[in-house]
Amino acid sequence: MTTRIRLCHLYPDQLNIYADRGNIAVLRSRAERRGYELEVIGVGVGETLSPECDLIYLGGGQDREQALIAPDLARRADEISSALEDGTALLAVCGGYQLLGRGYRDRTGVEMRGAGVLPLETVAGEGRMIGDVSIECELDPGDTHSVVGFENHGGRTHLDPGAVAFGRVVHGFGNEGASGFEGCRLGKAIGTYLHGPLLPRNPWLADWLLAQALGRRRGEAPDLEPLDDELEHQAHAVALKRARERGGKFP
Amino acid sequence: MRIPLVLSTLVARSAGVVSRFSGKGGGTTMPGRVLMALDPGASARLARRLKQGSAIISATNGKTTSAAMAAAILASRYRLAGNPAGANLSSGVATALLHTRGAELGLFEVDEAALPRVAEAVRPRALCLGNLFRDQLDRYGELEILAERWRGVVAGLAASSTLIVNEDDPQLAQLARGRAGVIRFGIEDASHGGPLPHAADARYCSACGVAYDYRLAYVGHLGEYSCPGCGFERLKPDIWAELIALDGLTGSSFLLHLPEETLSVRLGLPGLYNIYNALAAAALGYALGAQASEIVSGLESTEAAFGRSERIEIGEKRLLLLLIKNPTGANEVVRTIVASGTPKTLVIALNDGIADGQDVSWIWDVDFEPLLGGLERLVASGGRAAELALRFKYAGFPESRIELVPSPAEALDRGLELTGADGELIVCPTYTAMLELQSVLAQRGYADRYWQRAARAREASGTRKPR
Repeated sequence: MTTRIRLCHLYPDQLNIYADRGNIAVLRSRAERRGYELEVIGVGVGETLSPECDLIYLGGGQDREQALIAPDLARRADEISSALEDGTALLAVCGGYQLLGRGYRDRTGVEMRGAGVLPLETVAGEGRMIGDVSIECELDPGDTHSVVGFENHGGRTHLDPGAVAFGRVVHGFGNEGASGFEGCRLGKAIGTYLHGPLLPRNPWLADWLLAQALGRRRGEAPDLEPLDDELEHQAHAVALKRARERGGKFP
Repeated sequence: MRIPLVLSTLVARSAGVVSRFSGKGGGTTMPGRVLMALDPGASARLARRLKQGSAIISATNGKTTSAAMAAAILASRYRLAGNPAGANLSSGVATALLHTRGAELGLFEVDEAALPRVAEAVRPRALCLGNLFRDQLDRYGELEILAERWRGVVAGLAASSTLIVNEDDPQLAQLARGRAGVIRFGIEDASHGGPLPHAADARYCSACGVAYDYRLAYVGHLGEYSCPGCGFERLKPDIWAELIALDGLTGSSFLLHLPEETLSVRLGLPGLYNIYNALAAAALGYALGAQASEIVSGLESTEAAFGRSERIEIGEKRLLLLLIKNPTGANEVVRTIVASGTPKTLVIALNDGIADGQDVSWIWDVDFEPLLGGLERLVASGGRAAELALRFKYAGFPESRIELVPSPAEALDRGLELTGADGELIVCPTYTAMLELQSVLAQRGYADRYWQRAARAREASGTRKPR
């Protein structure tokens, strides 16, 4: 029997602006090529997270769409936290990342409450941070990777003291353009501004997430057999070059 | 002290001559930039010289083609000034305004983000808004921001001006509500409708936030909608198309309903998206007093705009260039290609310059999958060729059948090599990749450079050739 990895995709109809289905396609293909089946369950407003969920995915949306789902997401604080305690892995990109924090305060001071699962909050700032970005991540001690993507956010995300970032900015803005940090990592949960989409040109991260997801039922993350990632590495190299040339500049 | 208009226009025009002679460009934007630097108010004053005023067309997709169609409709009635080379930012419009001598009516296609500034300078008597799709979010931030800016443009429009909107786009229909002097256009042919596609943008009512009920969608989110929340719904358009017959990659025919009469139209441009372009042009022509016969002959005589389903002969083979630039546009290109049989070879060139969108994530929102059935070889090209190849790889297309040829010129050669005698090669480039191809084709003598064409188009529309 093939092992099934259950992925809950939160708000696929609202949070899908940056080609989030690309991330899902990469997770699916890389799971299948190792003999696992990726079961994707869309979870909309008012619906509950499926039991035995191995991986949660949240994408990005525009302000209007985010406002539509924010109250529902805020009510899910306990549901998501207990899933994470149960060993579920999580990837949240851009808007989904912001709203997993305590909230988002816009330019007029109005606060949109978030789920409060990640130790951070986001405040709207002057000018959008748009461009190619490269960061360096060390999710497992001694295992450093370059991650490349594209960022486009008006919000400045501030991590709480002691919170751990997803990576260190090499080229680009990152969380708020000042600290040199990008994203947030809490155990097996990752929030980041990097889209593009994120996973096609950073395949090791897709594999890390799949391994963590598999680890929920097994107790530890398995080593996945390597795949031919020549094309992925070429795409990574070009994106890294772009980040070096043009990342972190206000338009 | 203000520089006299005669002096600033003279200097600016000379800049265009220098630009053309230096071989760096066609002088389609530089003179305007010089003019705007010398005298920021010059565009407004030049526009006021046009006796019949100006008309503006803006849209995410199709503005170059609909402007070309509108020019063909109006050319027999007015001597036109315009920007047919697709230079549609403030600088391009300013350049066009430098060449208005003898012209009566300005007809400009304007970039979505540049619209507020251009509309303020030109004060159009007719404004035609075609559609708003997700496109180049890296440049504009968010689609909502753009829609909000357009709301401001509509609010600032003179009461005597005509607003023309695509009623099938709920965002634009909303903009026009409550305003007098609106002409609405749309499609009324359920046989060409389908479900809302993955990349659809306007899913939620901009008035109340509730998800629209879509009875059917034609192109992206353009279709028949109603809001169960506040009751906002599509109105019956004033000008519409029905009984549409699509003829693969060669054209289409449909019945055009104008307020007073109904005529049949045969378009030489393929796809449902070009019917929307034709409706925009027909509605604009109607607003500016064109007769039904002028509208039909204008639409029928319009040839492909530069790179938009343009056919070029190369020896015994033919090349078909189909510009792609955002999910909705690319989806329609894919749909149109597949309708006449999936090609065996396809060249797609993905660049990531400012004009293409630096953020290439949009290719993951394009439904390329319908092409995979018959495709034997993909030549992935452009600066982001590898990214494009990944898109196809993760769609399940075998990696062994993908060739990476980053240079668009070399990819063109490779594509032609793979094309049989008498065959047709389809190339889908993003904007700057298309410019590269255009330049190569011109060097080899297969096509004119775009400013030569623009000059011809200007001559054909009755204005004096720019000096």
